[in-house]
Amino acid sequence: MADRAQPVSATSGNIVAAGVAAIIFGALLAVALRAETGRGLGASDWAALRFTILQAGLSALFSVALAIPVARALARRRFAGRRVLIAVLGAPFILPVIVAVLGLIMVFGRAGWLSQILGLAGLPPVQVYGLHGVVLAHVFFNLPLATRLILQGWQEIPGERFRLAAQLGADGWAMFRLIEWPMLRRVVPSILAVIFAICLTSFAVALTLGGGPRATTIELAIYQAFRFDFDLGRAAMLSAVQLGLTVIAGALALWLARGDGFGTGLDRVVRRWDGQAAMPRLLDGAVIALAAGFLLLPLLAMTLSGLPTLLSLPQQVFSAALTSVLVASISTVLLLAMALPMAAAIARGRGGMLELAGILGLAASPLVIGTGLFILIRPWSNPLAWALPVTALVNAITVLPFALRVLVPRARDVVARQGRLAVSLDMQGWPFLRHVLMPRLKAQIGFAAGLAAALSMGDLGVITLFADPDVATLPLQIYRLMGAYQMDSAAGAALLLLVLSFGAFWLLDRGGRAHAEA
Amino acid sequence: MLKLEDCIIRNGTFGLSAHLSVPARSRVAVIGPSGAGKSTLIEAIAGFLSVETGRITWNGTDITDIHPGARPLAMLFQDDNLFPHLSVAQNVGLGIHPNLRLTASERETVDGAIERVGLAGLGNRKPSELSGGQRSRAALARVLVQRCDLLLLDEPFAALGPALRAEMLDLVADLCDETGATLLMISHAPEDARRIADQAILVAEGQAQEPQDTAALLDNPPKVLREYLG
Amino acid sequence: MKHLVFAAGFLSAATVAVAETPELTVYTYDSFVSDWGPGPQVEEAFEAVCDCDLNLVGIEDGAALLARMKLEGASSDADIVLGLDTNLIVAAKETGLFAEHGQSPKLDLPIEWNDPVFLPYDWGYFAFVHEADAEAPSNFKALAESDKKIVIQDPRSSTPGLGLMMWVKTAYGNEAPAIWEGLADNVVTVTKGWSEAYGLFLEGEADMVLSYTTSPAYHLIAEEDASKAAAAFDEGHYMQVEVAAKLAASDQPELADQFLAFMLSDTFQGIIPTTNWMYPAVTPEGGLPEGFETLVTPEKSLLLSPEEAASARDAALDEWLTGLSQ
Repeated sequence: MADRAQPVSATSGNIVAAGVAAIIFGALLAVALRAETGRGLGASDWAALRFTILQAGLSALFSVALAIPVARALARRRFAGRRVLIAVLGAPFILPVIVAVLGLIMVFGRAGWLSQILGLAGLPPVQVYGLHGVVLAHVFFNLPLATRLILQGWQEIPGERFRLAAQLGADGWAMFRLIEWPMLRRVVPSILAVIFAICLTSFAVALTLGGGPRATTIELAIYQAFRFDFDLGRAAMLSAVQLGLTVIAGALALWLARGDGFGTGLDRVVRRWDGQAAMPRLLDGAVIALAAGFLLLPLLAMTLSGLPTLLSLPQQVFSAALTSVLVASISTVLLLAMALPMAAAIARGRGGMLELAGILGLAASPLVIGTGLFILIRPWSNPLAWALPVTALVNAITVLPFALRVLVPRARDVVARQGRLAVSLDMQGWPFLRHVLMPRLKAQIGFAAGLAAALSMGDLGVITLFADPDVATLPLQIYRLMGAYQMDSAAGAALLLLVLSFGAFWLLDRGGRAHAEA
Repeated sequence: MLKLEDCIIRNGTFGLSAHLSVPARSRVAVIGPSGAGKSTLIEAIAGFLSVETGRITWNGTDITDIHPGARPLAMLFQDDNLFPHLSVAQNVGLGIHPNLRLTASERETVDGAIERVGLAGLGNRKPSELSGGQRSRAALARVLVQRCDLLLLDEPFAALGPALRAEMLDLVADLCDETGATLLMISHAPEDARRIADQAILVAEGQAQEPQDTAALLDNPPKVLREYLG
Repeated sequence: MKHLVFAAGFLSAATVAVAETPELTVYTYDSFVSDWGPGPQVEEAFEAVCDCDLNLVGIEDGAALLARMKLEGASSDADIVLGLDTNLIVAAKETGLFAEHGQSPKLDLPIEWNDPVFLPYDWGYFAFVHEADAEAPSNFKALAESDKKIVIQDPRSSTPGLGLMMWVKTAYGNEAPAIWEGLADNVVTVTKGWSEAYGLFLEGEADMVLSYTTSPAYHLIAEEDASKAAAAFDEGHYMQVEVAAKLAASDQPELADQFLAFMLSDTFQGIIPTTNWMYPAVTPEGGLPEGFETLVTPEKSLLLSPEEAASARDAALDEWLTGLSQ
C-alpha cells in the first residue's frame, strides 16, 4: 500500500477506542447476562422509541438550524464583551439537568417571567409543556454547544480565504456558497449526530417538559424495566437499541461530512470584509441579542433564586463541592489522555470506526453503564470504594464525543498541512504530539478540557448507583437538599455548582476564547 | 551517489519510471513540463511516495523502505517549511532533535546557522513576523544543522522575486559547498538551473532520465521541453 | 516507597481495629442517609448502645434499593434493608433473601400489621399539597372537574407516583380509567421524581402537587411557614408504609435483631417525624412534635395488601398511561 508516511501512529488511539467500546459493551453485556427471562419489547417500548427519535431529531435540527445564524453573526461581528458573551453562552450546556429545567421554567413556565409579561397584556400564560417544550429545553441545552462548534468551524477557515473572497467582491450569498457552505457541510452533520445522541438518553427533561406519559423516552423505558419490572434483559435490549440508533446517526454523519478540509493559513488574524452594510449588521445584532436572551435569562433566574442562600449554605455542600472539583479534575485528565490519541489517530484519515467508538459514550444509558460496571466490579472489590474513579471515568467517556468534535477538525488540518514537514524531520509520536499537535491544538484542548471539567462537575450520572454517604458530589447533594424540602438551599447550591462549573470551563477555555478572538 | 534502479513510482493514477544515478556532491536540477512528475520523483526519493518496483540506494545502502524521517536527506517544500507556532530558533532546532531537547553546544550550532543565513538576532521571531525571504533563510538554516548528505528542493523559493530567488540559490550553492551535500532541485526557471546546477534530470512523458549537462540540455532542448520553455 | 509501606501498615492496623468492633450494614434510600435525613442521628444513637459500627449505605430510593438487592443476591454485604414499602414487599419476598423478624411490637398504624418479615418504621398518607389560602377540591372527581392544575410523578420512576396510581385504583376500582381521563387536562406535567414535582409547585407552576399530608409540617416546623396545606379527600387517602427487614444471609444476625428492635424504640421513632417528615410507626412517649396536630387526618385510610398491590400494579399502570395520554 502506497500510504503516505504519517507523523502519528494510530495504535494508541485504537487502543483507547477499543477500551471505550469494551467498557460500554462490557457493561451492557454484564447487564444482559444477569437477566432472567423477561418479556421482550412491547408496544409501549416501540412508542417510546418513536417518541425518542422524533424529539431527538427535532431537537438536533432546531439546535443546529438556530446555531448557524448565531455562530455566523458572532463570527462576523466584533464588539465589546464578545469574548465574555461567547463564554457565557456556553453555560447552559454544562448545567446539571434538574437545575437547568427549573431555570427554564422560571422564565418560560406557566408562572414564569414570560407568562407574567403576557399576563400584564391580558394574554394567557405560555403553554410550555408538550413536544415543543421538550425541543425548547433541548435547544436550550445544545444550542450553545452547536454554536461553539460551528463558530470554531468558522474560525478555522483561514483568513486568506476571506481575503480572497473579499478581493473577488463576494458578499452575502456568494460568500456563503464559496466559503461558508463547504465548511458547514463538513462540520454540521457530526454536530447533528452528537446532539441527536445526547437527546436519545434524555429522560427527566423530556418527561418534565413533555407534560405527561406521551413524552416517554427509551431512557424512561429503561428506568421502568430496571426498577418497576426488574427486567434486566429488557433494559439491556433497550440500551442496545439506543446504541444502535447512535451508531446509525454517527455513521450517517461521517458519510455526509466526507470531503476535504480547508487547510490552514499562516496564523493571521481573521478579518472579515463582508456583511458591513447596515442591514446585515442589524440582523446579526438581533440574532445575537435573541440568542443571548434565550440562553441567559434562565441563568439569570437561577442566579437570582440561588443568591439569597449562597452564603449561608451548610458546610456539607462545600465539602461536596470539593469532591466534585476532585472528580472533575480526574475526569479532565482522563478525557485528555483518551481524546488526544484518538483525535491524532482519526486525523490520519480513515478514522471512521474510531469516531463511532467515540460517540458511543453519549448514547449509553448511564443507568445501564452504571449497573453493568457495578456487576463487573462487585466480584472482586467493593463497588462503593470505586465510586469516584468510576464516576470520573464514565464522565470522561461521556465527554469524549464532544472533545473529538472539538479536536478532530483542527488535528486533521495540522496533520495534513504540517505532517510532511514533521515526517521529513523525523518528528514522530511523542515529539510530534508534544511540539506540533498539542501547541497547534492549544485552543481546542482548552475548550475540550473546559467541557470535561464542567460537565463532570455537574453530572449526576453513575454516582447515584455507587453513592457512598461520605463522598457525595455537589449534584447529589443538591438532590438531597431538594429531597429534604430544602429547595432554597438547593437553589443556592445549584448556583454554587453553576459558578464552579462555569469557573472551571472559563479557566480551561481561556485559550479557546483567545482563539475565538484572534 | 544516489541511484534509482528500475523504479516505478505511482501517485494516484499517474506512474513515473526512473532509472538514473546522481553523483555525490553534484548539483542537479530537475526540469520538465508541468505535471510531468517532477514532484513525484522528489517525493519518492524523500520517501513520501513509495516505489512500486525497483529500489533506491544512497552510497550503496538501500533506502527504498526507510521511513522519510530516517533517510539521510533534507527537503524543502513549496510552502509550509516552518511551523508557524514555533520560533525561528525552535524551527531550526528541530533539524538537530525532533523533540527539541538541545544541549548548550547544540544551541550554539543553531545560533551559528541562523547567523550564517543572515538572520542573526531574529531567532525568537515567529514565522509570521518574517518576510518571505527571511522565512526561506530560516528554513535553510535548519537544512544547515540537519547535516544531511542530500538536499531536495521542491521549489521553495518560487514565490520570491527574481533577485531574492537568485540570492537564495547562491546561498543554497554555498551551503552545499560548505557541507558537501548533493543537491537535487526542481526548477521551472531555466536561469535558476543554469545558475547553480551543472547537471539536469529531464522528467517528461512518464520518465525521469539520467542527468545530463544543464547548458547543453537547455541550449538544445528536445521537443517536449521546447514546448514547455516556449 | 517508605510512605507506601507506612501507609500499608497503617491501613492494616486500621482494618484490624475495625474488625474488633462488629459492623452492621444497612442499605437504605439516599434521602435517609443524607445530612438532612434521619441517618446521622440514627447512626449516633445506635452506635451509643450497640458497641458496633453502623454502616448506612444510601441507594437512590426504595425501588432502586430492591433492584440492588436483586443484583447482589445472597452475597450482599447488607445485614438490613430499610426503606421498601408495601408496593415492593411481594417482589422482595420472592427473592427469598429476607428472614423473619420474630418480633411482635405494638404499632400505632391506622391499619393492622402482622407481616412476619417486614417491620414498619414509619408511614404517611399521600395527599395533594396546595397553598393554604386557596380553595381545594375534596375528591378526585371534584379535582377533575375543576380547573386546578396539578403536578404529579411518574409511577414508573417514583414512589409517590406509584402511590397516586394505587390510590386512584383502590378508591375507584374499575372507574379508575375514567378518573385518569378526567384528570388529564389538570395535569401540568409528570416528573421523574418527587423533588422535581415539588420544586415546580414551589415555583408556582401548579396549584397542587402530589406529596404527603405531612409536607405542610415541614414548612410549619422548619420554616415557620403556615402557607401550605394538604387537601383532605373524602374517598380516603392511600398510605405509604415504609418497612425494614433483615437479610437471611447476614453475618451479624443478633446485631440485626438489635437494630430492628432499636428501630421501634423511642429514640429512633422520635427522630423520624422531623427528619423523614413521616408519622412514626410507634408514637414516641412525648407524642408527636408540635405542629403535627395541625395536619389533616384522613377519615379513611386506603392501602392494598402487598399481594393485592402486586397483582393490581401492571393493569393500573396501563390505565394510567392510557388515561393521561389522551
